[in-house]
Amino acid sequence: MSWDWKVFLNDDGSGRTYLQWMFDAWGWTLSVAGASWIVAMIVGALVGTLRTLPNSPWLVRLANAWVELFRNVPLLVQIFIWYFVVPKIFPAMKDLPSFILVVFALGFFTSARIAEQVRAGVQALPRGQRYAGMAMGFTTAQTYRYVILPMAFRIIIPPLTSESMNLLKNSSVAFAVSIAELTMFAMQAQEETSRGIEIYLAVTLLYAVSAFAVNRLMAVVESRLRIPGLVIAGATGGGH
Amino acid sequence: MKIKIVALSVALLACGGVFAQAADTVAKVKASGIVTMGVRDSSGALSYTLGDGKYTGYHIEICQRVIANLEKAAGRKLEIKYQPVTSQNRIPLVQNGTVDIECGSTTNNAARAKDVAFLNTTFVEEVRIAVKANSGITSIAQLNGKNVATTTGTTSVQTLRKNERANGVDFKEVYGKDHSDSFLLLESGRADAFVMDGSILAGNIASSKNPADFKLVGEVLSVEPIAIMIRKDDAAMKKLGDSTIGEMVKSGEMAKLYDKWFMQPIPPKNTRVGLPASESVKSAWAGPNDKPMEEYKK
Repeated sequence: MSWDWKVFLNDDGSGRTYLQWMFDAWGWTLSVAGASWIVAMIVGALVGTLRTLPNSPWLVRLANAWVELFRNVPLLVQIFIWYFVVPKIFPAMKDLPSFILVVFALGFFTSARIAEQVRAGVQALPRGQRYAGMAMGFTTAQTYRYVILPMAFRIIIPPLTSESMNLLKNSSVAFAVSIAELTMFAMQAQEETSRGIEIYLAVTLLYAVSAFAVNRLMAVVESRLRIPGLVIAGATGGGH
Repeated sequence: MKIKIVALSVALLACGGVFAQAADTVAKVKASGIVTMGVRDSSGALSYTLGDGKYTGYHIEICQRVIANLEKAAGRKLEIKYQPVTSQNRIPLVQNGTVDIECGSTTNNAARAKDVAFLNTTFVEEVRIAVKANSGITSIAQLNGKNVATTTGTTSVQTLRKNERANGVDFKEVYGKDHSDSFLLLESGRADAFVMDGSILAGNIASSKNPADFKLVGEVLSVEPIAIMIRKDDAAMKKLGDSTIGEMVKSGEMAKLYDKWFMQPIPPKNTRVGLPASESVKSAWAGPNDKPMEEYKK
């Protein structure tokens, strides 16, 4: 087996090299993952919180339905539904670029998983925390804002880290709806250059680097937000 | 340590023996009584599966004729084994002797000719444009600013890019993950045109809900000779294959086979590809050659 890394300097037919194309593709991967992450965090936090509300059974049911809907359908199927089926039902959505549709598909899919984690985080707190909020005369919204959520989010940072890394890797399904991201680059460039091993190794490296960067970033966030004595990573009982 | 070196040299010798034998297909099949045919699961009417390990198609029938002559040359009945291959593994499998004759849809190009040999060209693929019949599009220039679909992982993507630069047209490419997905892009209106190998376009149109809604238009964007692949440096096999193809053309059997696979209804769904033999196909038959794709470019 002989290596031919110079293949990345070849012209791809439109005047740019395969290396440039790969970095463009990396940019698309990061944009899809980044935009979906924002959607996933906002929707996931909201839905997850709704699932734990004490006196609103219909909101809880609605949020449960959301989670089950997006958790029980395979991601690739969801992408195709957004791309082919939804625009048929709502013709106005036909003009939306596939980037937006993929961001919604990935974001909502991940939001279901994040909602589960938020719920777990809230329910991990002792009931006394909620009662303490009520005893202070807080409304439900205030209890969540000042007592429950700040602690719940700190507890779930480790699973959120995994979820963010998963989201980055899941963004590879975007190739199926014509986003020129890394996986599509790999499939296309290996066919054009016949140097599949070099291309796939380079793409693998970029995925690994990006996922590890997300991991480190979340580690920094975790250590910055840590409140001494409250929630200690690795300690039992959450320090109450 | 010594034992290891001995074992290694024995292994190397054994490999050398296999390779030496592998380059001579006639001797190899004579010794083993088995010939392995590389086939594709879905390469249009050229080579495809009917399920249950059965393979059929235009190139497979030609290969069966070649194997019939191989039996004569080897002087014994040969058992035909079918080995499904993909576009990623077909060349290594021919090189290492797993496959004796590859009957799929492999483009004969200069890069591949360094690793394997091709029989004379039996089919010429033309990259064409499929549009909706009522779209009014008749040439590539009219695709300016339009969405053009093609399939990820095919050479058509590169063809499209080159045409874009050469003709100064600017279209938005949309990529399907496979041919039926790309066709869905055209059918659902997400794309105004689908650029792909003519036989694939014709096949997709033929099996669509309403074939009259689509048509092939415009100039031929690229021409690619498709040929049966054999091992390199096997003059006897190359001669045997080429003469089989030559005889088939002379007797008119080749044209009949073409008609059978591309004009008549074919199994399993009894649909018609409906792609008459193009000028390039006819000239490849009339003047037998194994020119690579690069020599087809004007």
